[in-house]
Amino acid sequence: MVSLNEYLMLAAVLFGIGMAGIILNRKNLIVLLMSIELILLAVNTNFIAFSYFLGNAIGQVFVFFILTVAAAEAAIGLAILVVFYRKRGTIEVQNLDTLKG
Amino acid sequence: MALNFIFYIFASIAVGSAIAVITARNPVRSVLSLVITFFAMAGIWMTLRAEFLSLILLLVYVGAVMTLFLFVVMMLNIDREVKQSGFVRYLPFGIILALLLTALILLALNSHSVLTAMPVPANEPADFSNISMLGLLLYTQYLYPFEIAGLLLLAAMIAAITLTHRHTRRRVQHPNQQMTVTKEERLRIIKDERHG
Amino acid sequence: MDKTLSWLGISVALLPLLGALLAGLGGKILGRLWTHRVLNTLVGIAFFISLYLLKVMVWDNHAPIDYVFYTWGTAGLFHFDVAILLDRLSTVMLSTVLFISFMVHIYTIGYMADDPGYQRFFSYVSLFTFAMLILVLADNFFLMFFGWEGVGLVSYLLIGFWFKREPANFGSLKAFLVNRVGDMGFLLAIAAVLMYFGTLNYHAVFDQIPNVVNRTMEVVISYPVPVISVICFLLFIGAMGKSAQIPLHVWLPESMEGPTPISALIHAATMVTAGIYMVARMSPLFEQSSAALSFILMLGGTTAFFMGLLAVVQYDIKRVIAYSTISQLGYMAVALGASAYDGAIFHLITHAFFKALLFLAAGSVIIALHHEQDMRKMGGLARYLPVTYLTFVIGTLALCAIPPFSGFYSKDAIIEAVHLSTVPGAAYAYYCVLAGAFVTPLYMFRALFMTFHMDDHTDPHLRGKIKESPWVVLLPLVALAIPSVLSGEVLIGPMLAHHPSVLGNSVFVLPAHNVLQQWATTFRGANVMALSAGETLPFWFAIAGIFSAWFFVVGYPKVTESLKQRFSWIYSVLVNKYGFDAFNQKVIVRGTQEAGEVFYQVSDEKLIDGVMVNGTGHLVRWAAKITRRLQTGYLYHYALAMVIGVVVLLAWYVGGF
Repeated sequence: MVSLNEYLMLAAVLFGIGMAGIILNRKNLIVLLMSIELILLAVNTNFIAFSYFLGNAIGQVFVFFILTVAAAEAAIGLAILVVFYRKRGTIEVQNLDTLKG
Repeated sequence: MALNFIFYIFASIAVGSAIAVITARNPVRSVLSLVITFFAMAGIWMTLRAEFLSLILLLVYVGAVMTLFLFVVMMLNIDREVKQSGFVRYLPFGIILALLLTALILLALNSHSVLTAMPVPANEPADFSNISMLGLLLYTQYLYPFEIAGLLLLAAMIAAITLTHRHTRRRVQHPNQQMTVTKEERLRIIKDERHG
Repeated sequence: MDKTLSWLGISVALLPLLGALLAGLGGKILGRLWTHRVLNTLVGIAFFISLYLLKVMVWDNHAPIDYVFYTWGTAGLFHFDVAILLDRLSTVMLSTVLFISFMVHIYTIGYMADDPGYQRFFSYVSLFTFAMLILVLADNFFLMFFGWEGVGLVSYLLIGFWFKREPANFGSLKAFLVNRVGDMGFLLAIAAVLMYFGTLNYHAVFDQIPNVVNRTMEVVISYPVPVISVICFLLFIGAMGKSAQIPLHVWLPESMEGPTPISALIHAATMVTAGIYMVARMSPLFEQSSAALSFILMLGGTTAFFMGLLAVVQYDIKRVIAYSTISQLGYMAVALGASAYDGAIFHLITHAFFKALLFLAAGSVIIALHHEQDMRKMGGLARYLPVTYLTFVIGTLALCAIPPFSGFYSKDAIIEAVHLSTVPGAAYAYYCVLAGAFVTPLYMFRALFMTFHMDDHTDPHLRGKIKESPWVVLLPLVALAIPSVLSGEVLIGPMLAHHPSVLGNSVFVLPAHNVLQQWATTFRGANVMALSAGETLPFWFAIAGIFSAWFFVVGYPKVTESLKQRFSWIYSVLVNKYGFDAFNQKVIVRGTQEAGEVFYQVSDEKLIDGVMVNGTGHLVRWAAKITRRLQTGYLYHYALAMVIGVVVLLAWYVGGF
């Protein structure tokens, strides 16, 4: 039987990969947004796993809302990306250094 | 038994395509790998008896959000990039960090085996509907957050449109600009015959 | 009755203060004539009041009055009253001070007649009188210190009276600063008194002496010394500053830059005697410390002899008299050390008379010669300035202890008292004062001969125009000459031999130390003492001194010249005043300046400015430069930072289990 641990481990691994994507990515802003989606996916999996094993449906309700928010956030993130591309002509992350101290 | 098998196949597909998301050079390939990841995770959610949500994942997330991603990737006309500079230099560092994070979480899991050594719950009766259970909860106990979520989506929509909307030129006159005009803006003398 | 007397007592001090304020603030309005009229009247009234008080205290044997006018402040242990003590000692001092001050006020009318700062001078002289009287009248250490500082301040103002002259400014600063060194000792003594006795009032302190006598304290090194010895030693340091004992004597010759009236008032009769008065007043304390008494004895003897030697080589007439003053102060100190407090005060009084007389007479000579002070440019003035000459001779004879003039009685009493004293160091002091009895006539008669006798070396322009000074100048001379002649004979009995003496209980002597009592058994009356002078050693020393003066100055000056050549090193030592001034200039002044330079350059510029002030700024800049590198502007670096933070937190959380 698949125990809770395995589901949680899977979520952890996806979370780690998402993190690595954020840190290692230098060339593409879109990959950044996608890594965020991966992270959210991992978190959602956690919730659903716990919801199943604890028999409490609130986990699924919460995932419902996380999906909503994630969709909204992805949309707005992409809108900002588009505007940014219009201004700069590039979406390379390593060119975004105007905040350099 | 079969469940184990399904779980491990879907899990390995998910992890493999997740790694492909962050390492692909072609951004389109990246997005498509993410789609595959979502498909795999939808399968796993199905094994967790969250049927509604896994289907919603496919319909909403893959169908709408990923499509949006693909649109943007296509629209921006991003070139297939050369090997990322500095990727290899930072790769070990990043891998170590990711591994560290993962290891920590796993460690936390193992040390709390009491918490996670939960029995698999009993199967529900055959006519159990996940959708109706969710619906009952959403429309009674969590109605207020449900409505707020709707408003949130409205706000996001407005925001996205406002951000990217290009103002079309309106055919109006701007008197303040007309008043402050100067001679140099209107007339450029190339050659003056009188003074040579 | 007590209250009236006390108010009379304080008015004695306040009248001159009033005069000082009037002349100082309203001198221009009053004008010269009214200034001197008002001030002289006020001081005259004060003088007559003091005579009345003297009669009440001494003649009528009134008990001492300790009256508190006003409590200035209290702070815990420290309690400061404006209060006066009227007893025999203070009234005797009052009369003396006021008499000399009155004479000087009259003298000034003539001496400073053509000086633009006329009113200012009068104001300062009256102010000085006020401060000195407060010093004398005070009944607690703190008020005495107020008067002490006051006289120091006014002395500075008066020495630098002609402030446009560089030497005057130098002399006034030197006087003030050297006095300050002494004042430091005095202040430490006051602190010690407050700490160990708990009060600053004289009588309260004296009453508590039995409690403190056996206590010891550790000063610097951990060897216990008796508290009272420390206090007396520190008090005497203050007295050394004011009364010009070695090594704090260096200011007195420079103070001759001031006008002659103040040399007479301050540096002959009053301020310099403040130290002597203070020690006599504190006699109950000093009696308990034979270490302090020995010290005073030896120091006084040294001063008496060695300063007298310096007077022999001076050419400025005022300097001769100045060194003579230092020497005579040494005599008074010797008397104090031998526990002959009455003798010291007696000599103080006679010295006040004849020294003031000498200064004023010298001043008369100086103005007759239009401010010429060098004796080499004088000579043969006896026929031009008869009254001045006569009074100068009287003063000289008094100073040289020739009977029956006053100095003979007081000086002889001191010499005999030291001879009888058994305090350690008394023998040394005896030889010093005996030798001084030879040196004093030597320099005084030298001065006399050079000024009034011998050939006329005066400036040719002045010849024929030298005439006697106006009567306002001559009147004080005569008025001072009379007590210079008579006071010794009249006062010696009551002051020293009778029991109770004039000073009575104001001074306290332990029976073991009481040399005057011993001496008094051999005293057969003033006249007998005068007639039997031929049997005493000091008398023949004095005669020898007079003869030597005649020999070296008048008779055989060529011998003097050749002696000067042969013993030129002794001569140069004397001319350089034993190197005290050179030492002060080179070591103390230059040393302090150099130390200041070092502190400025090293600790101020390098350390404080460089390291601490600027260094802090540099440190902050350097730290900021390093931390600035964290702000790269790249999103992924920031995300990395966040992840690291999360990892650390997780590790801590997980590891905690």
